[in-house]
Amino acid sequence: MKTILVPVKMVLDSNARPRVRTDESGIDLSGMRMSINPFCEIAVEEALRLKEAGLAEEVVVVSIGPAKAQETLRQALAMGADRATLIEIDETVEPLAVAKLLRAVVGEEQPDLVLLGKQAIDDDCNQTGQMLAALLGWPQATFASAVRFEDGRLLVTREIDAGLQRLSLPLPAVVTTDLRLNEPRHCALPNIMKARKKPLKIGAPADYGVDIGRRLKILAVRPPAGRKSGIRVATASELVGDLRAAGIV
Amino acid sequence: MPSYKAPVEDMMFVLKDVLGAGQVFAEIPAYVEIDTDVVGNVLEEAGRFCAEILQPLNMSGDAEGCRLEDGVVRTPKGFAEAYAAFSDAGWGGLSASPEHGGQGLPRTVQILVDEMLSAANLSFGLFPGLTRGAYEAIEAHGDETLKALYLPKMIAGTWTGAMALTEGGAGSDLGLLKATAAPRGDGSYTVTGSKIFISSGDHDMAENVIHLVLARLPGAPAGTRGISLFLCPKFLPDRDGAPGVRNAISVGALEHKMGIHAQPTCVMNYDGCQGWLVGEEHRGLAAMFTMMNAERLFVGVQGLGVADASYQTAATYARERLQGRATDGAGTAPIIAHPDVRRMLLSMLSFIEAGRALSLFTALEMDKEKFHPDPEIRRVSGGLVALLTPVIKAALTDFGFEAAVLGQQVLGGHGYIREWGQEQFVRDARIAMIYEGTNGIQAQDLVVRKLPLDGGRPVRMFLGLIRETVEQAEGVAEAAALRVAVGEALAHLELVTARLIDGDLAGSGERNAAATDYLRLFALVAFGWLWLRMTLTVVTMGENADAHARRKIAVGRFFAGRVLPQAGALARQIGAGSAALMGLDAGDF
Repeated sequence: MKTILVPVKMVLDSNARPRVRTDESGIDLSGMRMSINPFCEIAVEEALRLKEAGLAEEVVVVSIGPAKAQETLRQALAMGADRATLIEIDETVEPLAVAKLLRAVVGEEQPDLVLLGKQAIDDDCNQTGQMLAALLGWPQATFASAVRFEDGRLLVTREIDAGLQRLSLPLPAVVTTDLRLNEPRHCALPNIMKARKKPLKIGAPADYGVDIGRRLKILAVRPPAGRKSGIRVATASELVGDLRAAGIV
Repeated sequence: MPSYKAPVEDMMFVLKDVLGAGQVFAEIPAYVEIDTDVVGNVLEEAGRFCAEILQPLNMSGDAEGCRLEDGVVRTPKGFAEAYAAFSDAGWGGLSASPEHGGQGLPRTVQILVDEMLSAANLSFGLFPGLTRGAYEAIEAHGDETLKALYLPKMIAGTWTGAMALTEGGAGSDLGLLKATAAPRGDGSYTVTGSKIFISSGDHDMAENVIHLVLARLPGAPAGTRGISLFLCPKFLPDRDGAPGVRNAISVGALEHKMGIHAQPTCVMNYDGCQGWLVGEEHRGLAAMFTMMNAERLFVGVQGLGVADASYQTAATYARERLQGRATDGAGTAPIIAHPDVRRMLLSMLSFIEAGRALSLFTALEMDKEKFHPDPEIRRVSGGLVALLTPVIKAALTDFGFEAAVLGQQVLGGHGYIREWGQEQFVRDARIAMIYEGTNGIQAQDLVVRKLPLDGGRPVRMFLGLIRETVEQAEGVAEAAALRVAVGEALAHLELVTARLIDGDLAGSGERNAAATDYLRLFALVAFGWLWLRMTLTVVTMGENADAHARRKIAVGRFFAGRVLPQAGALARQIGAGSAALMGLDAGDF
């Protein structure tokens, strides 16, 4: 393989406590701690391992998000990625628009493999990889828990309900990563310093000729209701009676 | 189970917004490539390493401790692997000079990583901390051969360092030490003596241990002016610089301690081992003292780090633990609803954030002192560093220990049992008040040596900076109460300072008696000043200040109302003079 393209997303840090905006339009991200989406981090790690095994020449990372997402890209560069592109936009971009932007980046970079997280932990959409594969007409393997590259084909193990499924894909292909694929590395200090000097290109959605207009309407975002206190029942028949009364049985 | 998250946002707020470190770095040629973004990246990753790799070993390391087996020290399970990962990632060379393989980052960044290390695992943090102290001493005073042989390995963490100063009969007064060194005629020396309390004296985490040993040459003058510094490696490097023959250095015993159980504090015997002189003959103590400011800053932030770790657990616990009813509501409340629990948490938090700001202010002055192109700025910064070093070492470890006790108290019985880790913080924090010069010695240093330094210019300069901020705060509504409180406390400090420099408390007995209370008063005023600066910064940021930054206004108000008034009481205590201490005959104790 020559190039592996890894799209990465900046998300609210998993340790941060999300605050819902008072107008119920979404989560208030101002001043919140942001991080690389864990599934994306796994994708970067896997791409680097393929490169370090001599199976790919370069790893290119791309992100679509606000200017702050440069830090997410810098982290991927510190892990070992070679170059980065940020498509800068402040608004939330829907999965289909993300997939279309990525298709345009694929056209530019001509990668042999697009390796990306199966979903982002903020909206849990789990759509981008699949949509991208469909737009490109490439084979896809989602939820990868193991990836091997042999004789010009990718061998991908997926975790499915019935057990493990093994797929063999020709290149180019789209692979999305599951949580157990690998454990991402800690960045070494010299690599963090070097990452500042690696190329990071910044563009806008318009540069890629993609319409990112919203197709979905968010009605309201509300925090989950607090847990109600329970009641204590004396007998089993009382419990059954209460469950009947509540229409559960 | 305790967990730790490095407070990178708070650190960056002080560094970038309050102190404007980006501007300072830009003025320093050695740091032109260091912007605050890269500092943020480094801190994030260091925080991740500390939280994910070092913190999980903190309680297990404490429970297991170190063992001495057949003359070799074994560190607790997981420590050697963690140390290898730490060194492989290059963390040991963070602020070391690029000439010998370091990354050349500012002291300011080093001190923040030191805080994280101390919070996550104090016992572990001492290994790289002491190695740094040793390689900085070799770099400053060693000859080119020693530097070429030892610096790259120590900066890479392949070899670690140990500082062998204290002996059974020579602690705070090193002039009494008895270890000897005799020339061998080949440029090296035979070093003989026994040293106690040697941190990282021996272990199984790296392939060599480099001891810096203080000893006397034949015919050396008595006292501190007859002490020389020797480099004694555990294994003598062979022709290729690899560890070769075992030197005559042995571990006499492991000290049995109250805390930092995972840190091998050794009794070391130097049984006629081979060593090399570092620096000039009889100038060993002076050579060690050039490292002292940095080392003492490091020890100060150990108190700070442990306090923050304890705070994080206490705050989490207080939000979740349901006990008692809130004063204004019905139903069982989380204990954080109770004002007395708030008092404990806020006492901790208001110390931690101001203590961090003071250590960063000083570290930034150290960076200027070392690298700023303007000699006048270097001189002024040097004065401030000298003045503030004993304050940081003593105040941050005293308040840090007190904070750890409060963090234990918040958890009640659960703070006393081991499960939550709070009692370990109390035990671990205690040592920082004692080693690297006891806090009593620090207070003497402040009053006897640092106040009169350079004709009193550094202290006048520092108090002037505080006065300036108080004036700046005039008319700022959010800072009104804090401004008044800092102004009052500063007036007490100015008065007592004048009495100590050339007034009724200037005699040596009076200075000695006043020192500890004076250092505490000094620290409280400095903390108040930094709360005022943090508050003004948030106010200036206006709309750009997020909720996390805005909460500092409330913490600053707590400090103004509930902590700073102690300044008045301390000033009165000091005013009572030595008579109250010396009234009892020694025989009557």
